[in-house]
Amino acid sequence: MALILFYITSAVAIFATVMMITRLNAVHGLLYLILSLLAVGVIFFLLGAHFAAVLEVIIYAGAIMILFVFVIMMLNQGQKTINQELAWLQPGIWIGPSLLALVLFAEMVVVIVLGGNAETGQIVNSKQVGVTLYGPYLLAVELASMLLLAGLVGAYHLGKPMLKATSPGRKS
Amino acid sequence: MNGIPMELGLLLSAVLFVLGLIGVMVRRNLIMILMSLEVMLNATGLAFIVAGSRWGQADGQIMFLLILTLAAAEVGVGLGLALQIFHRFHTLDADSVNEMQG
Repeated sequence: MALILFYITSAVAIFATVMMITRLNAVHGLLYLILSLLAVGVIFFLLGAHFAAVLEVIIYAGAIMILFVFVIMMLNQGQKTINQELAWLQPGIWIGPSLLALVLFAEMVVVIVLGGNAETGQIVNSKQVGVTLYGPYLLAVELASMLLLAGLVGAYHLGKPMLKATSPGRKS
Repeated sequence: MNGIPMELGLLLSAVLFVLGLIGVMVRRNLIMILMSLEVMLNATGLAFIVAGSRWGQADGQIMFLLILTLAAAEVGVGLGLALQIFHRFHTLDADSVNEMQG
């Protein structure tokens, strides 16, 4: 049973990724990329890595994709954007990602009906992950926090001089 | 008891990685390049999860967590760079940023 679900989900993931790298509009690609990440999250669940599946949905498909949406929206301004918005409301664009999402939703329903585990692989629960994370991997956690701090400072520094550079240009 | 063979999981991971690599090499839009990089990082995370599931160890998920932090930091800095490039060159074409003539 898990193998059939795995095949379907892999097909969804690969198809969504192919569609992502062939879209001309970045927002259309973003829709398919979110679908690809959700499909990989389902595969994590099928492999028994429930904690990683939750993180994939919340952080990858949630937080990181929100960043992409913000930047794409910031880079489009003016009348062109209004025309784009009109074009995005056409049904042909979101019907593909919606169908793929329906496939994933149907898989979730199947898993729930089958009793919640669908004969997944070896389940490594979040307690094991936490114990190992703060045991042998404590140094890696510290390094990850340093990396995130560096990313925060870097993003702040890269975003700050943009305001100085563009504000005189807008006045003139 | 593992319902999914390890080879299939690793094959899917390899296919996704190659698709992301093709995206990085073919596309010239900076946003699309960053999105393809996300696909590549995600594929490596999938490989770690498959290996961790095969041996029932938590190390695979911890490696995925570290990849997740790496992806978050990379996206923050990369999108900041994309914003800078857009405001200086008024385009997101990666080929337009060749002033160093490297």
